[in-house]
Amino acid sequence: MFFTYLRRELRRRRKAALVVASGLALGIALVIVVNSVSAGMKQAQGKVLESLYGLGTDMTVTKAQEEPEEGEAPQRPRFRFDANEDGEEQASDQLMVQGFQTLGASTVDTVARQDGVADAVGGLSLTNLKISGEFKRGEIEAAPAEPGQKPGEGGQGRVRGGGADFGVNSFTVFGTDVTKPDLGPLTSSTLTKGRTFKDSETDAKVAVVDSAYAKKEDLTTGDEISVKGTEFEIVGIATADKGQAPSNVYIPLKQAQTLSDSKDKITTVYVKAADSQQIAAVKDAIQENVPDTTVTTSADLAKTVSGSLDTAAGLASNVGKWLSYAVLAAAFLVAGLLTSSAVSRRVREFGTLKALGWKSGRVTRQVVGEALVNGLIGGVLGIGVGLAGAYAVTAVSPTLTAELGGGLTGGGPGGGGGGMVVSGPGGGGGPMGQAAERTLDIALSAPVGLATIVLAASLAIGGGLIAGAFGGWRASRLRPADALRRVE
Amino acid sequence: MYHLRGVTKTYRRGKASVQALDGVDLTIEDGGRLVIQGPTGGGKSTLLQMLGGLDRPTAGQVELDGTDLATLPEARLTRVRSESIGFVFQSFNLIPTLTAQENVETALVPLKLKAKDRRERAAEALGSVGLGERRGHLPGEMSGGQQQRVAIARALVKRPKVLLADEPTGNLDESMRDEIMDLLEGLWKEHGLTFVMVTHDSAIAKRAPRLATIRKGRLTVTENASA
Repeated sequence: MFFTYLRRELRRRRKAALVVASGLALGIALVIVVNSVSAGMKQAQGKVLESLYGLGTDMTVTKAQEEPEEGEAPQRPRFRFDANEDGEEQASDQLMVQGFQTLGASTVDTVARQDGVADAVGGLSLTNLKISGEFKRGEIEAAPAEPGQKPGEGGQGRVRGGGADFGVNSFTVFGTDVTKPDLGPLTSSTLTKGRTFKDSETDAKVAVVDSAYAKKEDLTTGDEISVKGTEFEIVGIATADKGQAPSNVYIPLKQAQTLSDSKDKITTVYVKAADSQQIAAVKDAIQENVPDTTVTTSADLAKTVSGSLDTAAGLASNVGKWLSYAVLAAAFLVAGLLTSSAVSRRVREFGTLKALGWKSGRVTRQVVGEALVNGLIGGVLGIGVGLAGAYAVTAVSPTLTAELGGGLTGGGPGGGGGGMVVSGPGGGGGPMGQAAERTLDIALSAPVGLATIVLAASLAIGGGLIAGAFGGWRASRLRPADALRRVE
Repeated sequence: MYHLRGVTKTYRRGKASVQALDGVDLTIEDGGRLVIQGPTGGGKSTLLQMLGGLDRPTAGQVELDGTDLATLPEARLTRVRSESIGFVFQSFNLIPTLTAQENVETALVPLKLKAKDRRERAAEALGSVGLGERRGHLPGEMSGGQQQRVAIARALVKRPKVLLADEPTGNLDESMRDEIMDLLEGLWKEHGLTFVMVTHDSAIAKRAPRLATIRKGRLTVTENASA
């Protein structure tokens, strides 16, 4: 009888049922779209961060920035050129630690021993700077002798011509721990040609080159690349997943340390946490137990992301969230009022049933049941519309731009370390200041997870129950005599 | 058997109050038949609601077989209504979305019978009011007289002790009125019901062996020797 009565009533009041269901559907669809777009934003931000860190890295540890002592000159690269023969090309090749801040290689082991750390690997970020060119001496041109002067006792001479013509070529080098290929910046790139490092190549003169840099310099596997005068065989070409690689050239860590006179030094420890929910605790543990370091997590890094991605993420999480909640609340309210109003129109019906001996609970269940079915219809419609909306967003894939601020970069000359080293091919600005900022284009998708569907279904049921509660409350308070009297 | 003593019902609306029943004393024997008459607003329907346990008096006792309906907890009162009392209303009060068969079955829902038993008893009740062929029809597809027959079948399907009818012929024409009255009287005799009916119709009132008249909440009962 319950289902027969319910079905017939819903059929009779299908317009009202459709209004209630549509309201709920709109709210639920909005929640799904906003949730899925938010998830897409998070994914996009994650991709941006991956492009910096490499896949699987939860945080990095770098040397804490030190205040320069009073009177201490900031560190700058110095180039010395001898006064060679006129016109002879001179070159100076320097391999410098980015940010001039290093940690002892043993920091990796110290970090790895901290609670909650699954794995840690060290890396050395360097910049190879080559300045080459030639000086040309000026020619002294003697002034003609004044009257009365002997030859050779002429007046003032002049220097004419002369000067210098130097070119600067710089690229970034990353010394990577070849025994741990699953962690570190190279994981944000996919090998597109050749091979990656072998575990045995800890001190080999082999290199993997970023594809963009290789294209620019016309390099390929089998070629050689000179790093501070040492030739490395290119064994692989890697393409950064998000267009811009953390480094132009990757070489084994030991080679990088040797060439940059940074024996047993690293710039960054890349850390993978055992539990992604415990990243903050791991960060605290490292900061407490590994002195003079700065720990930067994905969350810290995410704060430096700006641009349209940041704006859209803000819109999704603020305006979108509150808009969907407001629509949902309005839908719940309208559903509740309509259900309550329907009970008012059915006073005689419910009064009669109570006169026949139906308990208040049974009448209430009937009302709640009808509202619940309305809610479920709304839920199904809402999930359908929401999935279509999310699919449309994914199909259109609007491109968002993420600008990564320089606050976490390695800093310029004398800027000290302190944070992530972000660099791009060609870099920007001066030799040490590249990668102060970088811009990434991310295609937005709107993935709908099971949790979102469960949330939508819960909202549908919740909406139905709230609407049913409005009507059920009225129905339960209905006294049969009053109900029948009102008809008279 | 009904035994009413000093039944008073006062309705309050804001500061104003209306006394619908004023110290009503009344006894109705099992199997008895009583017609209640009186002017509109005199308290007829209020008295019927007291008898049916649909409302509680402000003061006094409404005993049905020794149980005071005035003080009975709501759950037990509901049970008394579901098992012992059948109602017939002036405007039929059928549920428009349910068929005749399903409308009759609604009276059996509180008795928690098996669906099969419920269907059989409802079909039997409809047959007893001459609507066996129209079980699957909705109220909107039936005449007023047929709808009232369905309502009577619904009232009697649970085999109650008491049948209470509030103006059962009020919405029917004369020929249909007689038909319904003949049916109700026949069922009263057949089932040995206690039958109380409110009516404005003097012709119907004359057919009752006892006539109660209620004016301004006060009740007087007369025996009708000619019935």
